[in-house]
Amino acid sequence: MSTTTGYYVPHDAKWSIVGSVGLCIFFVGLANLVNGGGWLTMLVGMAVVIYMMFGWFGLVVRESESGLYKAQEDLSFRMSMAWFIFSEVMFFAAFFGALFYARTFSGPWLGDISSTTNTVLYPAFDYVWPNNGPGNLGGDYQKMGWFGLPLINTLLLLTSGVTCTIAHHAIKDGDRSKMVRWLLATVILGFIFVGCQAYEYYEAYHHYNLKMTTGIYGSTFFMLTGFHGFHVCMGAIMLTVVMLRGAKGHFTADNHFAFEAAAWYWHFVDVVWLGLFLFVYIL
Amino acid sequence: MSAAADSHHDDHHHGPEKNFVKRWLYTTNHKDLGTLYLWFAFAMFFVGGLMALVIRAELFSPGLQFVDPQFFNSMTTMHAIVMIFGGVMPAFVGLANWMIPMMIGGPDMALPRLNNWSFWIMPFALAIFLSTLLMDGGGPASGWTLYAPLSLQGGDSFAFVIVSIHFMGISSVMGSINIIATILNMRAPGMTLMKMPLFVWTWLITAFLLIAVIPVFAGAVTMLLTDRYFGTSFFSAAGGGDPVMYQHIFWFFGHPEVYILILPAFGIVSQIIPTFARKPLFGYSSMVYATGSIAFLSFIVWAHHMFTVGMPLAGELFFMFATMMIAVPTGVKVFNWIATMWRGSMTFETPMLFALGFVVMFTFGGFSGLMLAMTPADIQYHDTYFVVAHFHYVLVPGAIFSIIAACYYWLPKWTGNMYDERLGKIHFWSSTFFVNLLFFPMHFVGLAGMPRRIPDYNLQFADMNMWASIGAFGFGGSQLLLLYIVIKCIKGGEKATDQVWEGAEGLEWTVASPAPYHTFETPPEIK
Repeated sequence: MSTTTGYYVPHDAKWSIVGSVGLCIFFVGLANLVNGGGWLTMLVGMAVVIYMMFGWFGLVVRESESGLYKAQEDLSFRMSMAWFIFSEVMFFAAFFGALFYARTFSGPWLGDISSTTNTVLYPAFDYVWPNNGPGNLGGDYQKMGWFGLPLINTLLLLTSGVTCTIAHHAIKDGDRSKMVRWLLATVILGFIFVGCQAYEYYEAYHHYNLKMTTGIYGSTFFMLTGFHGFHVCMGAIMLTVVMLRGAKGHFTADNHFAFEAAAWYWHFVDVVWLGLFLFVYIL
Repeated sequence: MSAAADSHHDDHHHGPEKNFVKRWLYTTNHKDLGTLYLWFAFAMFFVGGLMALVIRAELFSPGLQFVDPQFFNSMTTMHAIVMIFGGVMPAFVGLANWMIPMMIGGPDMALPRLNNWSFWIMPFALAIFLSTLLMDGGGPASGWTLYAPLSLQGGDSFAFVIVSIHFMGISSVMGSINIIATILNMRAPGMTLMKMPLFVWTWLITAFLLIAVIPVFAGAVTMLLTDRYFGTSFFSAAGGGDPVMYQHIFWFFGHPEVYILILPAFGIVSQIIPTFARKPLFGYSSMVYATGSIAFLSFIVWAHHMFTVGMPLAGELFFMFATMMIAVPTGVKVFNWIATMWRGSMTFETPMLFALGFVVMFTFGGFSGLMLAMTPADIQYHDTYFVVAHFHYVLVPGAIFSIIAACYYWLPKWTGNMYDERLGKIHFWSSTFFVNLLFFPMHFVGLAGMPRRIPDYNLQFADMNMWASIGAFGFGGSQLLLLYIVIKCIKGGEKATDQVWEGAEGLEWTVASPAPYHTFETPPEIK
């Protein structure tokens, strides 16, 4: 760069306009889908967004590998990833808030025999957690216990946090192939987690009669675990990309922002899971 | 040429891309993007303004004359969402884009490509949102707060409203991340946090608020979407949920959101008043701490929007007192502005007039806010035109006046030309006259019991509603004058000096007028 500070100010961003068009098609498709339309528009939009990601991230990776990014650019990336994760924390906070509100306030109020709602509308309703409301929405169901699959899932994710950290230490020591091996272990654990979660959903729908329509319990259960599972998928895909880049010879002991970003994200989904395990499954 | 090859190309010192479409679609330049944001916001102000005029035309006299009630309701709903998400927020982001890198001595925003994306999402998101007007069942008509269960009873357009909100939210969060990274990472050496201009400080805190609450709103509308289309029961008592829960989650977003709409305004006014009082800002550090306190308090006052909905007494008291506490840091700000002017050698160019109008009329809005904060009184005021008067005072002669003031203040820096001062003054006085004619009577009809969001009203309110409607058309018409002044200024006019204003201080005034395409590629020296 010709300037003295040389902060890299990139030119030409075709990818963002591609991304806007892709997201627009995706969102219109999604809205059509929930109104009874087909999947096609949404999938086309998704494809455009994925194309954009390949193009945009590929461009940034090439720039990074050609040494355009120095400490100051690196710090911009780090800050933005950290704040992005904070925004994700707040997204989950909304659903945890809904769970706590339902369990602390609205449920007990519905069951309170001194409240008008209870005496006039639902005199037969006794509040317990979990419940599917005074309307017994979705019919009788079985609660999802914490022992068994959820406990295994907890161990899977905690172990994957450890393997991820080992991989981090490996790249800090400059041992790229060790990093790739431990990342592979992390990604495999992540996808086993997703598989277990899918199996749990199958069990819930087919043997427990526990569905999204099962009142507030089903709503909070599937919303929280569903968004978490989606984030695990995203994190595992990010780690996979980092692993493949490592296998191609990217990253050095002091330049591996993408690894750290993906690892932060991974630890974030890990912590969210611990919250879920405690408040959705155990308590 | 591939983008990768191009990026290795050292065209740092070249001007903008010559091809018009390519320049504006692909640009990563903070000034280009600032311009795009500001024009987009201007266009949306007119769209939202036309919706407001539909409302005021209908309310000109009692009875139903022009539109049916459903359409009236969708006008009130869409007017709010267009003005908040399409008007005020992008306008502030546009000002942030233009000014923050120049004010802190940085070469550009920290993440220029992301900046381009944040902008180019907005036209698509607003297009989806506005297209709901053409769908079966019409646009959203539940009020901008989208309270369940009412909002769940609309037509198929509901899903489009939700996805457009998600879409705008993505833009806001990315834009805010960019602003925070810019402020924390792109400052010139020596530009310590406590030397930053107040506009930069207020935007830093605003960006934090946005990142904290926009995802909560995303969560709330996601729950609306699943309640409507996937059979969940978050907001249905029959399933063990609660419609009031929606209000809590919404206002946990919504109250910080209203400060998102005003904190950058505080920053703008804190730039303008010292310039025209020719004195440094009084109490700079107390301004910073006051902004931080307001931001903190904004997270613990949300339920004052819900005093009548049913809450335990302890909750009512807590939210009442917490809300009143906001008057303390806000009072600090107002007194600091007045103290800045005290014994200053003041002149009254158009930006200063709008800034002073802001201080006076925003304070009106603040006082009616204090009245609304009192639980027992609020039970009377709730959902009346008094509330409408309150928040329009803080938003129109508040936030929007500050945006107009900022445009007059920085237009010479952007275009290199002075705007027409005489027309600017006419614009100020006609806007101020009509905005008060528009909103002041609403206090009285509200206290007398006229409800919000109703297309018809009792005969006793007729006179004041007529005045308000005349004020609305006058105010809307005055803004056409602003459009003319801006275009005239872009096309030519008296050449502006680099410093533009005699009393102006700050890095943005050290670069040429108009500001070159790239500024501060070499960081300036900060004394």
